[in-house]
Amino acid sequence: MKKLIYLDNAATTRTAPEVVEAMLPYFSEAYGNPSSIYSLAGESKKAIDHARDTIAGVLSARPEEIYFTAGGTESDNWALKAAAEFYGKKGNHIITTKIEHHAILHSCQWLEKQGFEVTYLDVDENGVVKLEELKKAIRPTTILISVMFANNEIGTIQPIREIGEIAHENGILFHTDAVQAFGQLPIHVDDFHIDMLSASGHKLNGPKGIGFLYIRKGVKIRSFIHGGAQERKRRAGTENVPGIVGLGKAVERAAETMEERTEKERELRDYLIKRVLSEIPYTRLNGHRNLRLPNNANFSFQFIEGESLLIMLDMEGICASSGSACTSGSLDPSHVLLAIGLPHEIAHGSLRLTLNEEITKEDLDFVVETLKNIVERLRSMSPLYEDFIKKAQ
Amino acid sequence: MYSEKVMDHFQHPRNMGEIENASGVGTVGNAKCGDIMRMYLDIDDNGVIQDCRFKTFGCGAAVATSSMATELVKGKTIQEALQVTNKAVMEALDGLPPVKVHCSLLAEEAIHAALWDYAEKHGITIEGLKKPKSDIHEDEEEEEEY
Repeated sequence: MKKLIYLDNAATTRTAPEVVEAMLPYFSEAYGNPSSIYSLAGESKKAIDHARDTIAGVLSARPEEIYFTAGGTESDNWALKAAAEFYGKKGNHIITTKIEHHAILHSCQWLEKQGFEVTYLDVDENGVVKLEELKKAIRPTTILISVMFANNEIGTIQPIREIGEIAHENGILFHTDAVQAFGQLPIHVDDFHIDMLSASGHKLNGPKGIGFLYIRKGVKIRSFIHGGAQERKRRAGTENVPGIVGLGKAVERAAETMEERTEKERELRDYLIKRVLSEIPYTRLNGHRNLRLPNNANFSFQFIEGESLLIMLDMEGICASSGSACTSGSLDPSHVLLAIGLPHEIAHGSLRLTLNEEITKEDLDFVVETLKNIVERLRSMSPLYEDFIKKAQ
Repeated sequence: MYSEKVMDHFQHPRNMGEIENASGVGTVGNAKCGDIMRMYLDIDDNGVIQDCRFKTFGCGAAVATSSMATELVKGKTIQEALQVTNKAVMEALDGLPPVKVHCSLLAEEAIHAALWDYAEKHGITIEGLKKPKSDIHEDEEEEEEY
């Protein structure tokens, strides 16, 4: 069997074996309901507290500001909808960007149907939010700004500290979707003026189905799920104890290894980018050259379509993703690639490769060689390439 | 998500390439939607398709449907080729995922466009052949989300 080279770590990551090991006792041994009174339940309660402390420590937040959820999408939905509802008496205007994850965009679209007004900020050609435009977009009725910490497709890191400052100078709540950034970049909620932050477990070698929302003390948002008194009555339902334990362990692990791991990934990422851009013609890098997630490379290969590329890579054991329409279930390519100004046909030919700590230089050499062959083959099949060559002759 | 036949035609496309001085060439689809197909036909004096080749920019299904369409029209008369519908292409491929049905429509359109070009070049009318749509996506609408 071919070696599997997994380069889709922005989609999900392999749950680390030590994370699984940490979770296992909480299925069949320490299975008590944390809300119960006996000592068996106490073990579950203690494990949850420990995970909460770990996460709060990493963010320089307080444990009571961490609320466990079922993942990033739930956190985003909760933050936006509940904040809009509570602060709706103050104003009905929300500011976000055109390159957010659909969890944010579709929540905003839903809020528009409920009577809220939403400004979707443009980004520059590298995918960075323009601060001047943000300032101009602020109205007396603006109650919330939501900007992602780093983009899931092109990896661009936003000027979060500056955005947070602008929000707070104007007395506006600031939420950030940090699903991609958390575990890859150091985040301190006070330094960055963050009021709410969404994160997910499975993006940092934790389990799926678990995440959290950081809510700064004093921020008033209603409970999203009604029921018992769990999560300070703000998110009811018996806690996903193994999930929470796994998330805590994954965060601990990510924080401990962050510096070394991301340095290595950055180096490999740059090596990959350099080789692809110099060895495959008519190729561009999407996203900012430097202000990007340590593990993210996103290319567009002219004249070819992303899904075909993915299938051919898969046949060589390489897992990747694309912003082409065919991978999105609609006819339009990625909204992020369109927002940075790519024409449709270039956006269709995009490829996202996201590294992890296990990827080696040899893996990437194989990927580049494979890519060269596949791109050449797909171009030989492409009427767009044929037209381009004939025109050039 | 794809049938074995689709994967086979994607991995080993039949009749991929160009025909020099083709009797008819048709290009359909648009880059905006992510798929473009070009069909080349070589039609002899008896109106029999001697050769058919394609080039496609698009997803796995787009490549596979082009490939299968060339197989289905090769050796056929013009009238027989007109009967090769998108359904026939899909059936020959053991089906397509619902979101990819438009690829088979594109393949049918591409054959029609190449036949239309042939008819125009030779100043003839092919019975039952309508002027091909330049963009098969124009009628599609997205479902609304609630």
